[in-house]
Formats: sequence, C-alpha cells, structure tokens
Amino acid sequence: MKATVLVRPKRGILDPQGDAVESALGHLGFSVSEARVGKVVDLEVDASDATEARAQVERMCEQLLANPLIESFEVEIHG
Amino acid sequence: MASPQPRVGVVTYPGSQDDRDALWALAALDAEAVPVWHEERELPDLDAVVLPGGFSYGDYLRCGAIARFSPATTAVCEFAEAGGLVLGICNGFQILCEAGLLPGVLLRNESLRFVCRDVPLVVERDDLPFTSRCATGQTIVIPVKHGDGRWFAPPELVRELEANRQVVFRYAEACNGSVDDIAGVSNERGNVLGLMPHPEHAVDPLLGSADGALILASLVEAARKRVLALI
Repeated sequence: MKATVLVRPKRGILDPQGDAVESALGHLGFSVSEARVGKVVDLEVDASDATEARAQVERMCEQLLANPLIESFEVEIHG
Repeated sequence: MASPQPRVGVVTYPGSQDDRDALWALAALDAEAVPVWHEERELPDLDAVVLPGGFSYGDYLRCGAIARFSPATTAVCEFAEAGGLVLGICNGFQILCEAGLLPGVLLRNESLRFVCRDVPLVVERDDLPFTSRCATGQTIVIPVKHGDGRWFAPPELVRELEANRQVVFRYAEACNGSVDDIAGVSNERGNVLGLMPHPEHAVDPLLGSADGALILASLVEAARKRVLALI
C-alpha cells in the first residue's frame, strides 16, 4: 500500500528556509506572503488495509519521521 | 600510587569527523582515550563517553535522527541511565537530543549559513562534572562549526530547564539564533551534557584558545574520581 507523509515545521517555529524561498519568489515578481518548507516521504507499506497502513505510518511518524517538538505530520494513504 | 588514568570512550559513527581530535584531546589531558565503533552493542569498560562532532549518517532526515538507532547509541543510553558521564559535542549533542537523553532539538541556523569561528560562551554553572574547572559567570572562548546549531525548545520547556539549572552554556554574542542564546544543556541529573561548540578543538593555545581544556579536563577529573571511588 502506498503512503505519503507530509512533514511540516510547526506553526510558530522559525523557518529560515521558508523565509529565503519567500524572498526569492518575491525577486521573481511573485507576491507571496508566507512560505514554509517541509519534507515529503513516500512509502510502500506492507499492510492489509488502509486503516492498518495509516496506523503503522502514524507510528513511524511519531518514532522517527517527525520530531514532535518542531514538526507536524499528515499521512495520506493511496489505495 | 600513581593517579589512575580514567578510560574515556569516543564513539565513531559513519560520518563522524571530530572523533580523532576528541581522542587526541582526551589523551593530552591524561585520560586513556578509547575508540568505540558504532556497531558495538556493549561498551568496553569506560568511566565516561564522548559523542563527537561530524555528520553521522549524512545528517539524513534530521541531524542525529539515524545515529540514535546505532547499537553503540543504545549502549550509551544505558550507560547514561546507570549514571555514567556522557558528553555530546555538536553532532553528538544533536544525537543526544534525538535519543531523548537531552531536552530540545537543534535546527538550521537562523542565517542559513554555516558558522565557523571562535565564540565567547558564558558558563552558567560550575558544579557539574563537566564544568568543575570553570567558574560560574566566566566567559570562555571555544570554536563553533555548524550549520544546524539553533537550539530550540518550547517556552514552557525552557522555563522548566532554567528552573532546574539545566542551561549550562550560553553564547555571549549572537551565534545561530538559539533560544535565549543557549549553547549547551544538561539532563536533570547532571550526568549528560551536550553543547554545540567544540572543546576538543581548543585544548592547545597554539590553536587560539585552550579554554576547551577546562571542560574536557573537568570531565577527565570527574571520571578519575569515579575510578578512585572503585579502588
């Protein structure tokens, strides 16, 4: 089962990378009031159904893929 | 009887860089410096352990996140839980934070630039095994070299650490955007310390400062006391 994990810097955490991207977009003439840079992790998970896959991936996020002090995560399961 | 030489281990991970400097500095300060390979499941007989700087496992995912799973890190965690002295320098600090032995996390520098220079640090307390040769309030000069050194913890955790006196070193000038200019923290028990600056690069005046020796010699001395206590 395919899963995608989106890891984002939590709101309120300073994201200098996002600030640099925002400023670079401004230089290109785009009007952007905020940019935040996170990570995408694509996984192929051995699970019998989507519920089990989600539960597994959420545990992966809690134990490794995201650091709860600074990052939030979102799990997408694709059939 | 000659004063016993304490055995201080230095763990080498794939991507460690400062392990040899740490071994050299500890030996120069009269410890028996013992290299420890990251695959070792059991630590040799040691009186203290140093996790050195570098880029373990390429800093993949987050700095220190993968090194946390090394067999040697698991052994170091057990050593620390049993009261053993553990010092994490730079990447070693990041590993100790990811392993949950130390509070907080290290993020990309506010400037997005790698900083590599001598920085003044204020010693916040001199009653730890790592700072006995320093004086509270003293300013020492030690080099930093890191891209991800911005220490962060949520405000309520910072308040708790301040109340417990777990903030051990503070930058005396802006360095990387760390919360409250925090450069090094200890665990509550005081047997585990992490800091971003590199004491092992400052043990000989020829290199610009020997202030790092204050920290490492404190550690060696504390380790020696533990040996003497066992004799």
